[in-house]
Amino acid sequence: MSDILQVRGLTKRFGGLAAVNEVDFNVREGGISGLIGPNGAGKTTIFNLITGVYKVTSGSVSFEGKDITDTEPYRIADIGITRTFQNIRLFKNLTVFDNVLTACHASASYNLADSLLRLPRFRREEKTLKEKALELLSILGLADRKDAIANGLPYGLQRRLEITRALALDPRLLLLDEPAAGMNPDETEQLMRLIGDIRNRFKLSVLVIEHHMDLVMGLCEHIVVLNFGQKLADGTPDAIRGDKRVVEAYLGGGE
Amino acid sequence: MSSYLEGIIMLSGINLIAVLGLSLLTGFAGLFSFGHAGFMAIGAYSAAICTTIFKLPFFVGIAAAAAAAAGASWLIGRATLRLKGDYFCIATLGFGEAIRLILDNFQGLGGARGWPGIPPHTTLVNILILDVIGVVLLANLVRSRHGRNMIAVREEELAAQVAGINTFKYKMLALVVSAAYAGVAGALLGHYMTFIQPKMFSMVKSTELTIIVIFGGLGSISGSVLGAVVLTFLPELLRAVDKWRLVVYGLAVIGIMIGRPRGLMGGFELTPKSVRAHFARLREAKAARADQAAEEKGGL
Ligand SMILES: Nc1ncnc2c1ncn2[C@@H]1O[C@H](COP(=O)(O)OP(=O)(O)OP(=O)(O)O)[C@@H](O)[C@H]1O
Ligand SMILES: [Mg+2]
Repeated sequence: MSDILQVRGLTKRFGGLAAVNEVDFNVREGGISGLIGPNGAGKTTIFNLITGVYKVTSGSVSFEGKDITDTEPYRIADIGITRTFQNIRLFKNLTVFDNVLTACHASASYNLADSLLRLPRFRREEKTLKEKALELLSILGLADRKDAIANGLPYGLQRRLEITRALALDPRLLLLDEPAAGMNPDETEQLMRLIGDIRNRFKLSVLVIEHHMDLVMGLCEHIVVLNFGQKLADGTPDAIRGDKRVVEAYLGGGE
Repeated sequence: MSSYLEGIIMLSGINLIAVLGLSLLTGFAGLFSFGHAGFMAIGAYSAAICTTIFKLPFFVGIAAAAAAAAGASWLIGRATLRLKGDYFCIATLGFGEAIRLILDNFQGLGGARGWPGIPPHTTLVNILILDVIGVVLLANLVRSRHGRNMIAVREEELAAQVAGINTFKYKMLALVVSAAYAGVAGALLGHYMTFIQPKMFSMVKSTELTIIVIFGGLGSISGSVLGAVVLTFLPELLRAVDKWRLVVYGLAVIGIMIGRPRGLMGGFELTPKSVRAHFARLREAKAARADQAAEEKGGL
């Protein structure tokens, strides 16, 4: 299996603090990889560096063999990477349907004049976009909520909607930042299955940040462990479970 | 129709065009501007130059007004829209006042004393036609991928970005379209009054436009239409109370905003579909009441 994402010597300093320090890891193509570590270890910062939300201090990120270090966030989706946020960021006042429809924009190519004058190309492509949004919503089990306002959805469904919106951009790599945060064990279980299904159905690679050990160990084929901004270990779930430094730093306390 | 009433209708129709533009920028893209009167001024003076000095037809003047205002807004957008936070808002404020001061001191176009003798090309008919075009184009825009991208910027800028939306580009688009509307409104105003003066386009005017958009309800085109009509008529109706006029106007606006904090139409759009849905709900409620009444009767 080849690697879809390669991170080399990635470093991010905030003033004196090295939030991410010389981190190297790869994400396998078609696989589900996990990024774990205690609070403040630098996990979210790595997502922000990959997606161009933060500029790197040093190091590089390459995707499908091309260097994408410090690419503007809005170009990242085009390149083939989308993400969700640890603190859910939906288009809050829009309906579930409009959240997904908005993200489908990249599948259309009609221009401003087509919009203003409702030319045939606008009508044709809009129809396709709406079908695409509906299809995604039914795959993700949100079709019956499509007219609900995003903000009013229960927490678990908001997370699910955010994933749906990310999928609307046809990514080849999906970054999920603590998708199970705030979920009960039942919902977490469901989510695990959902992530697996998504990977198979959409033929994409997943990198997931997670605190729930069960979820990470059960789901991921490859795990990267961070601590204080540095990579502690990197390997299969079994290897990670057996790694002494990891157990000391992270798993040790009865997690 | 009395010419007084016609005059107010024309003024509200002209205001409406500027308000529609600002509605796109503030209500849909979420950017506040306190310099839109500046774009109106650029429109008014550009159109007047075309028709008065170059003797060009009115529609050319209107097109030039839209283009000049759009061009000016593009320059401001380029300088400020990449900056975070409220720089844009402050920049528009400075821009509006700068335009007014430049015109005040530019004697070639009448300076602070103003510019009389502009041909009275603006008629009720051409205002209404432009109003309709303005509403239709705006409604089409906000319900397209371009409009949805602007709304996404308003809702959650970072999420919009990682969803592949070039937020700078869509803010710029909202700004440029919005300024073009203001330019057209300025052109109509000048050729209605037949006289333009820099102080007609002060910050007070910019603020008035923003108040109308908020009053009508952010993100609602029908709200903006209603707001423009109500808030142009209100001060005229209040002429009877003369010096208390502005006080009563202010209190009325505050009162309505307390009663309907999201504006007159707050998020609701008046379309044939939404009206049908509303009547369907009313009919259901009525049917339910009738059923209940019948049941009660049956029970007796
Ligand atoms: N924008 C920022 N400015 C300053 N410091 C930051 C910024 N973003 C993150 N940090 C710091 O970088 C470190 C790593 O933060 P990060 O959010 O990446 O941790 P995390 O591993 O995602 O933790 P958690 O599990 O709590 O989400 C923390 O010490 C944090 O305070
Ligand atoms: Mg985090």
